[in-house]
Amino acid sequence: MEKESLKVVIVGHVDHGKSTILGRLLADTGSLPEGKLAQVQESCRRNARPFEYAFLLDALKNEQSQGITIDTARCFFKTAKRRYIMMDAPGHIEFLKNMVTGAATADAALLVIDAHEGIQENSKRHGYLLAMLGVPQVAVVINKFDLSGYDRFVYEQIVKEYSAFLQRLGVKASCYIPASGRHGENIVELSRNTPWYSGPTVLSQLETFTKRGSSEKKPFRMPVQDIYKFTAQGDERRIVAGTIAGGSIAVGDSVVFLPSGKESVVKTFEGFPASPESRVSAPCPLGVTLSTQIYVRPGEIMCRKDEASFPQVADRLHVNLFWLGRAPMVKRKRYKLKIGQARIPVELVELRSVIDATELGTPQNKEQLDRHDIAECVLETTRPIAFDLLKDCEASGRFVLVDEFQIAGGGVILGAVSEGRSALQERIRKREVSWEGGLVSAPERVLRNRHRGKFVLLTGVDLPRIRELARQFERKLFTLHLNAYYLAPASLSQPEQLTNDELFEREEQLAHLGSTARILTDAGLIVVTPLSGLDEHEIAKLRLLNTPYELLTVSLDEELLSGGAADLLLSPKWDIEEMLAAMMAILNRQNVIPDYCI
Amino acid sequence: MTHLESLESQSIYILREAYREFKELVMLWSIGKDSTVLLWLARKAFFGHVPLPLLHIDTHYKVPEMISYRNKLALEWGLDLLVGENHAAICAGQTFPDGAVDRITCCRHLKSEALKHTLSGSWPHRRLDHGSGIFKEDTQRISYTGVIVGVRADEEGSRSKERYFSPRDRQNDWNVDDQPPELWNYYNTDFAPGTHLRIHPLLDWTELDIWEYIEKESIPIIPLYFANAENKRYRSLGCYPCTKTVDSNARSVREIINELKSGKFAKVAERAGRAQDQEDGGGLETLRREGYM
Repeated sequence: MEKESLKVVIVGHVDHGKSTILGRLLADTGSLPEGKLAQVQESCRRNARPFEYAFLLDALKNEQSQGITIDTARCFFKTAKRRYIMMDAPGHIEFLKNMVTGAATADAALLVIDAHEGIQENSKRHGYLLAMLGVPQVAVVINKFDLSGYDRFVYEQIVKEYSAFLQRLGVKASCYIPASGRHGENIVELSRNTPWYSGPTVLSQLETFTKRGSSEKKPFRMPVQDIYKFTAQGDERRIVAGTIAGGSIAVGDSVVFLPSGKESVVKTFEGFPASPESRVSAPCPLGVTLSTQIYVRPGEIMCRKDEASFPQVADRLHVNLFWLGRAPMVKRKRYKLKIGQARIPVELVELRSVIDATELGTPQNKEQLDRHDIAECVLETTRPIAFDLLKDCEASGRFVLVDEFQIAGGGVILGAVSEGRSALQERIRKREVSWEGGLVSAPERVLRNRHRGKFVLLTGVDLPRIRELARQFERKLFTLHLNAYYLAPASLSQPEQLTNDELFEREEQLAHLGSTARILTDAGLIVVTPLSGLDEHEIAKLRLLNTPYELLTVSLDEELLSGGAADLLLSPKWDIEEMLAAMMAILNRQNVIPDYCI
Repeated sequence: MTHLESLESQSIYILREAYREFKELVMLWSIGKDSTVLLWLARKAFFGHVPLPLLHIDTHYKVPEMISYRNKLALEWGLDLLVGENHAAICAGQTFPDGAVDRITCCRHLKSEALKHTLSGSWPHRRLDHGSGIFKEDTQRISYTGVIVGVRADEEGSRSKERYFSPRDRQNDWNVDDQPPELWNYYNTDFAPGTHLRIHPLLDWTELDIWEYIEKESIPIIPLYFANAENKRYRSLGCYPCTKTVDSNARSVREIINELKSGKFAKVAERAGRAQDQEDGGGLETLRREGYM
C-alpha cells in the first residue's frame, strides 16, 4: 500500500546550516542512495576537501564553488510512517523567489536559525513569507548549538524573541529545537548535551506534522481550465475540464459559472480509461459535459447552484502581495493576473501600505513596489473576475502577477473594493472633460446627414458569418445614402507592448476600437463592426469607451449573447435579407435612421 | 487521496496547463518507462486523446526492440509521432564507440544537437503516416515553444533543481541560477519571443512511483525492463553502447517493485548503468545545460 507523503521546506538565513541539517537527516535515517554518497565523497576527495553533509544537497558543481544553495533542491526520504519530499530553500536574499517556490506548496516548514549568529534579516523575512504563503506548520531549529556551548540561556533568548515576532504574524511554531547539524545532535537522536531539553528531535517533529487539511468539506469550486472538443479525432463530446479546488459534485447537479452567471446541469462525468463514479470531490481532476449548450470560457469558476456560498465578482480588489520582480511594480502599467484559472490584465491603482518585512509595520510613503517589498494595495482588472476568500477556497483566493513573461509577485485577496471610480472611468472622464470640439454642432450634423451616428456591434461565434453580415449591412446603408462605415478590428494598429498574449491583445483591441468608435460616431457615422465572442463585460466596456454615444448590439448566437443582453437577437432561421431588415428596423425604432429607409 | 492519485492529479493539471497555453507544443517520447507513463497521463488528461505531437530522437544506437515497440504503440494509440536525428553525424560516424569521439561528445551529437535542431525546425524530421504505417519526411517544420519532458527530480542532482515550467533561452541554455518563481499551482507559461519552455509533469515522481503507477494502471511497458533468460534486464533505457543491463530476476512489474523496495536496488542509483554520467564528475549536468533531457 502506498504511504502518504509530506512536503517540507527548510528555510532560514544564509549559512545558518539548512543543507547540513538536511544532509544529516538523510544520512542518519539511512535514506541515501549508494550512488549519491559515493559520488559526493569522490568529488570531495578529488578536490581535496573534507566531506560535509551539506554537499549531498548541493548537487551542482557551480553551487559548491559558491557555497550557497541556489535553488530549491528536492530530495526524498522515507520513514516507517511515510515519505518526505524535502525542499532545501536558499537563504540568500537574492534567491528569495526560490525560497517562495519551495515554500508555497509545502505542508510544513523547518525554519533554521544559527544559535551563534542569532535572528537575522532573512530569519524574519522568511517567517513573514511562510505566514503569507499559508504554510500551516512551522518548527524552528536553532542550529550550530555546539558553537554556543549548548547554552540553555541562548536557547531561551532566541525562543523568546522569535516567538514574539511570529505571534505578530499570527503564527505559532510547533516547537523550537536546539540542534547541531554537523554533530547530529537532536536531529535523529536526542542529544546528551542538552539534558534540559525535553522536546522532539527534528525527525520526531517531522513525524508529528500533518498533511494540509482536506478541502472536501468546503463549498464546491472548479476553476475551468479548458474546454475540449476533439472533433478532429471523431469525438463530439464538449468537455469542461478542470481540477476540483473544493467540495464535491454529482451528475445531475445544477451548476453556475462565475463571473458570467451562466447556468446548466452536469450531464455526465468523463474520464479515461473509465469515467469516475457518480460523486467526486476535491482535489480530483474532472471533466464534465453539460445538458445545455452554453458558452463558457476557461477561467470561469464552476459552482453548485444549491450551495449558499458563491465566489464574489469584482474588478477592484483589496490585496496583500509580495513583489519579487527585478523591475519595480508601478502604477499605470499592465500586468497579467493569474487567479484560479483566469488570466487577466491588471493594474496597480492604490498603494495603501508597504511593509518592511524585517521590521514589520514601518510605513513608507512609496509610489511603487520594489523587489522583496510586501504591501497592502488595490488592484484593478480590465473586467470583473470571480474570487474567493482564502477560508472558502485557496485556489481562487490566491494569485500571482506576471511581468515581462515571468511570475514577479503573488498574494492573497482580502476583499472587493466598491468605493471610488475605476481607472477606466477616470480616464474616460478626463478625456470627455478635455474633448475639443469644432464649430459644427451635433444637431447640425444630424440635419445635414438626415440620420444620427451609431456604433453597431455584430457578434456571434462564427466570425466569417458575422463579418459577411456586417459588410452587407454597410452596403445596404450606403445604398440608401446613409453615411455608414465598416470598421474591422483588424484595421486598428497592433498593440505597442510586445506580447504574444491573446488576452492582452483583445483588451488592447477593445480599448482601441471603443476610442475610435467614439470619434467616428461623433462625426455622425453609423459604424458597423463585427467582433466574435463578445460578452456582457466587453459590451459594458465598449459602451463606456464610446461615451457619450450609444451602442447597438446585435447577436447571432443566443448561447453567446442572449436576447436580454443584446439589443437585437437574430434568429438562425432567417436569411441574410431578413436579418438586414431587422437591423434596419431597430435603427429606425431608435431614431437613428428616418422612416423612409425602411 | 492516495500518494499516486495526487501525483497523477498534479501531472494532469500540468499537461492541461501546457496544452492551454502553448500553440507550438510537443512531447518528447524516449520509449522508456517515464515518458510512456507521461503518454498515459496525457491520454487521461485529454479523455483518451493525445492532441499533440510526440517527438522521438533516434540515435540509431537504440536497442532495436525500442523502435518496434514505439511503432506498434504509435499505430495502436493513433499517436502523431515525429522522429528526428543528427543525420550528418551518423553518416560521418562521429559516434561512440565506432568514431573517434568520447561518450559525452556522442551524446551531444546524437541527442542534444538532434533535439535542438528538430525542436527549432531547422533540421528535417519524419512523421508517421497512419494510412501506410511508414514514416515520411515532414514538410511542416515548426519551432516549438513548449516542450514536455518526462524528467524526475530524483534521477540525479541537476534534475532536482528544475521547475515544472522551466525557461530556456535563445541558445537553448538553462540558467539554473536565475529561474523565475513558481507559486502554488501557478506556473510560468509566458515566454519572450525566441525562447521556449521545458515542461516537467513528472518532476515529483520517484522511480518507485513510476513502477507502482504502471502496475496500478496496467500501462503496457516495453519488455526490456523485465529480466531475460540470462537473468539480465534494463533498469534505464538508452543507447546500447552506453547502457548496461543489470543482473536481476524480476520478470514482472510486481517483481520490479519488490526489487526496488527491499531488494538489491533499494539503494543503488537508477542511472548507475549509464556510463556517460560518470565521465567527468558532472557529465550530465554539462549535457543538460546544453539541452540534454
